[in-house]
Amino acid sequence: MAAPCVEPAKGGFSFENCGRNDRFKEMGLKFPTAYKTGTTIAGVIFKDGVVLGADTRATEDTVVADKNCAKIHYMADNIYCCGAGTAADTEMTTQMISADLELHRLNTGRVPRVCTANRLLKQMLFRYQGYIGAALVLGGVDVTGPSLYSIWPHGSTDKLPFVTMGSGSLAAMAMFEDRFKPNMSREEAMKLVRDGIAAGIFNDLGSGSNVDLCVITKDKVEYIRPHEIANQKGVKQGSYIYKKGTTAVLSSQVKKIDIEVVATEVKPQPMDTQ
Amino acid sequence: MMSVPNMMSNPLSDYQAPNQVSFSPYEFNGGTILAVAGEDYALIATDTRLSQGFSIHSRDSPKTYPLSNGSVLGCCGFHGDVLTLTKVLGARLQIFEKEHNKPMPTPSVAAMLSTILYYRRFFPYYTHNIVAGLDEEGKGCVYSFDPVGSYEREVFRAKGSASAMLQPLLDNQIGGKNQQSYKVVPIPLKKCVSMVKDVFTSAAERDIYTGDNILISIITKDGVKSEQFPLRRD
Repeated sequence: MAAPCVEPAKGGFSFENCGRNDRFKEMGLKFPTAYKTGTTIAGVIFKDGVVLGADTRATEDTVVADKNCAKIHYMADNIYCCGAGTAADTEMTTQMISADLELHRLNTGRVPRVCTANRLLKQMLFRYQGYIGAALVLGGVDVTGPSLYSIWPHGSTDKLPFVTMGSGSLAAMAMFEDRFKPNMSREEAMKLVRDGIAAGIFNDLGSGSNVDLCVITKDKVEYIRPHEIANQKGVKQGSYIYKKGTTAVLSSQVKKIDIEVVATEVKPQPMDTQ
Repeated sequence: MMSVPNMMSNPLSDYQAPNQVSFSPYEFNGGTILAVAGEDYALIATDTRLSQGFSIHSRDSPKTYPLSNGSVLGCCGFHGDVLTLTKVLGARLQIFEKEHNKPMPTPSVAAMLSTILYYRRFFPYYTHNIVAGLDEEGKGCVYSFDPVGSYEREVFRAKGSASAMLQPLLDNQIGGKNQQSYKVVPIPLKKCVSMVKDVFTSAAERDIYTGDNILISIITKDGVKSEQFPLRRD
């Protein structure tokens, strides 16, 4: 007799409920929506490294789901990646590729290159034909120097000196197109990325709250979170503390708990040093 | 495989079902309004953000409209309909004033607005409305409407994009809901103003269509006084 059993997943996604869910949809069931990070993310190459930036708002339709989420993800010690799109997809994709990069580092004994991370990401995203809704800005410094990529959900990539992504990408790109110049200083680059992200925060409703920055140089990474609290929370005018006894007690019951007291005597024992 | 039907070779093409061409005349421009009726005042507040999709059209577009009889209309939803409805209502009030040589009482404004809305029952104005003013006894009154003219007099009411966030707070704090041994009394003006600022501050934290500023209009027997208060701008 074959016993019913559940085989542990060997890897990849499970599609076993797709048919069932399609039938539910036909019957009129509304499915829950995933968190989308309607987002502003951006990156700029400067004289000796890369600056990545992101806002910190996550939305679920028109409601803010997270007011301070981290959108700059770790890939390797010298590579970071900003994510826009479906929050779960950006998080899991960067985690998976980060693991692949670490294995690659251990196998080769070399510091992973940004083009390797780019290739791994685009191949994975292309395989899933855009169903993994991750739009990424990948940046880092390796033996070839600083490099910066934008990666689209369908798997196409661009290698550029300045990139923006997400719903606030137009606002941020407007700042970059106006003010970007090659070989900027670190401070100039940080200011430019801050201004790009701030443009997204204030002019795009999908982006908001704070500015996070990540500055990657030859052998140093500075993850600055928050770099700037662009929006201070409003101060409350009144006090809304309830008087004691405001909550109605519908019924009360007192029960005695039988406690069995067990006493244990602990004797000191010499330590076994043999 | 879809293909373009060849009209010449298909003798039945004259008998095919008509094509439905889609037409969506409405848009949602966000915004929140909130009104409270006090003992001798009425208060109506609005945020000043006008938006569409993920863009902000204006940071200074309050959705309250002072009427010629001294009351104030709060009107949000589709801004195109808001503009038309306020224009129609304003004209109707002027006609009334010319014919009767007196301003229309607020309860009558509410009744008239209801008929104006129901007139468009099958192509409605996509607007959420609140009328705030003083009644014939000088007491604060608030009338809230659905888009097709159902209306009732209430003590407090929130409408618009963040209404689901504001209303439960007002139910609890002004209506005394879920509070044991709470006496419902008319709320003093000062407390009301600070509470309105607080609920809007909270709504702006979570609703992307509420922000920038609030405009609070206070209606008393001496007229309408307004004050502005800043909200988040992101």
